[in-house]
Amino acid sequence: MTNSNRPMRTFMVLFQKEFLQIRRNSFLPRLIIAFPILVMLIMPLIMTMDVRNVNVALVDLDRSTASRRMASHIEASEYLTLVQNTAEYPLAMKALEQGDVDVIVQIPDNFEHDMAVSVPKRISITANAVNATKGSMGMQYVIQTVAHTLTELYGERTPAVVSELITVENRYNPTLNYRHYMIPALMIILFILICGFLPALSIVGEKESGTIEQINVTPVPRLTFILSKLVPYWIIGIFVVTVAMVVAWLVYGLTPAGSIGAIYLGAALFILTISGFSLTIANFSETMQQTMFVMFFFIMTFMLMSGLLTPIDSMPLWAQRFTLILPPRYMVEILRSVYLKGTAIGELWTSYCALTISAVIFNTLAAVTYKKQA
Amino acid sequence: MNAIEIHNLSKSYGKVHALKDVSFEVKQGELFGLIGPDGAGKSTLFRLLTTLIAPDSGSASLNGLDIVKDYRSIRSCVGYMPGRFSLYPDLTVEENLQFFAALFGVTVEESYELVAPIYRQIEPFRKRRAGKLSGGMKQKLALSCALIHRPKVLLLDEPTTGVDAVSRSEFWEMLAGLKKHGITILVSTPYMDEASRCDRIALCNEGQILGIDTPNGIVQGFDSPLYGIKARNMFALLETARNADGVTDCYPFGEWHHIVTDGSFNPDMFIREFERIDGLEITPVEPTIEDMFIKLMKR
Repeated sequence: MTNSNRPMRTFMVLFQKEFLQIRRNSFLPRLIIAFPILVMLIMPLIMTMDVRNVNVALVDLDRSTASRRMASHIEASEYLTLVQNTAEYPLAMKALEQGDVDVIVQIPDNFEHDMAVSVPKRISITANAVNATKGSMGMQYVIQTVAHTLTELYGERTPAVVSELITVENRYNPTLNYRHYMIPALMIILFILICGFLPALSIVGEKESGTIEQINVTPVPRLTFILSKLVPYWIIGIFVVTVAMVVAWLVYGLTPAGSIGAIYLGAALFILTISGFSLTIANFSETMQQTMFVMFFFIMTFMLMSGLLTPIDSMPLWAQRFTLILPPRYMVEILRSVYLKGTAIGELWTSYCALTISAVIFNTLAAVTYKKQA
Repeated sequence: MNAIEIHNLSKSYGKVHALKDVSFEVKQGELFGLIGPDGAGKSTLFRLLTTLIAPDSGSASLNGLDIVKDYRSIRSCVGYMPGRFSLYPDLTVEENLQFFAALFGVTVEESYELVAPIYRQIEPFRKRRAGKLSGGMKQKLALSCALIHRPKVLLLDEPTTGVDAVSRSEFWEMLAGLKKHGITILVSTPYMDEASRCDRIALCNEGQILGIDTPNGIVQGFDSPLYGIKARNMFALLETARNADGVTDCYPFGEWHHIVTDGSFNPDMFIREFERIDGLEITPVEPTIEDMFIKLMKR
């Protein structure tokens, strides 16, 4: 055997051993296949920010055609449900306190009459904002409906209809489907969970069982050893992204608007980054518990600050700057742009560069901090 | 050239001095035993020699290779069996052996005649996962894996701890067999009775070497007359004997107490002086390595 192919052979031996161990594990192979499928099947159904079933109480002090028109418009809206039509504000307020009603619309007395002759008293809208999203979104829907009714009522008197002067178009996600926004995020969460945890647990497992010591007394170079921990999970990660894309296509009819290659390139870089990161954590940990807790801390930060669930633009400025050092942020950018907008690799080159740099940094760190000698 | 040379080796973990200024040599092809209780620094010495940790001061070489400078070359010529079973429990017997052979760039066939006497005993179970083997079989597999690359020096850290008496005895016979291949073996054990199986032994305690000699030489170095005593109430006897004239030391030793005496001691006088003690017996005994260990430890 020549010296030149020795590291390659050693790598292959370690690599095969890693896969053999994964296969022998009674749980891991099932997890790797079932986890992406289940997450992609179930999570998009429940992770929705669309606000539906806003319960509205109408306090009708006017009892006129105008107020009846208002009631029928509220009933007709697909987001709003008219649960109470009363003439007593305290009654509606009580329902709001009990949580049966989300928004109260009060139409003042003599509204229709005043509208015809002069400026009427104002319509008041009260929302329960305990759930801030539902409160503000519900309020928006009600305002729209009320405004629509008012325009109609005025329109019957004056010919110009204001709303016809505006056209609205939602680019890239025409139906404003929250699922299409979440599916790329779910794929990233899958990478973080599978490719972030498994390599770390594999190394710490060897530490706990003492086998790492047995490896350390052999002439295996540390880079070879680290690579043998990295590459299997990289392959698994590529498999996971494939499964996730197939499920997104078959179940939700969502296919990338951009090229599949752009997605795989991003995934390949991101998995390397997150695996290198997890190996670095493992090098500093002695036990599984320690690794898990440290990883959870970082994963929390990744999930909440990378624009996975909430837009980065609405974070405070210091937080926006901080997200620049979080690798998942760039992956979120890449995956959403390619999936929804069809952006080409060339236009996203800064994000790809950022991922490449972080992959190099974390894997170098993993190789350097892996000590064969204490 | 000696197979192992250790000069003034020291290692501390924080405030704990695990190894204090240790020096000794092991000759080529020698079966050398490190005998000492837990915490004597045996495992630290092994971890230093296998280049898993670096020394604070002093130097050591294996086959002329320095443990700090030449740590890479050392890893190819040393076989190491840690005290704790540390092969892959989810790989089979066969896969473990092949795996470690491949890591050293050899095949199982190349070294088969060397490991055969040991490996053949577990070969019927070669498809069984290593984690499912019995203690004695695990130990044989670990030894096979440590030998698969034909090391020049074999380092065995407490290989017989936690193994039944029959397997222990078999294991020492295997080591004797390996000696014939010219492999230098450094083995540690907390069991004094295993010391006689070694060519030479070093008695160690609290990070220091108390004495180095052949097992016979060690025993012969015990120059005080030694007696065994026995009575109904062994505990009371211990106190009484410790205060008797001519007795320098008394300690429990199996079902007897051993008393170390100086020239002025007379066993007949001892019996007469303490005839009130129920069932008192005294008999001269040959010193063992353990007696020597206790003597050296108290000095």
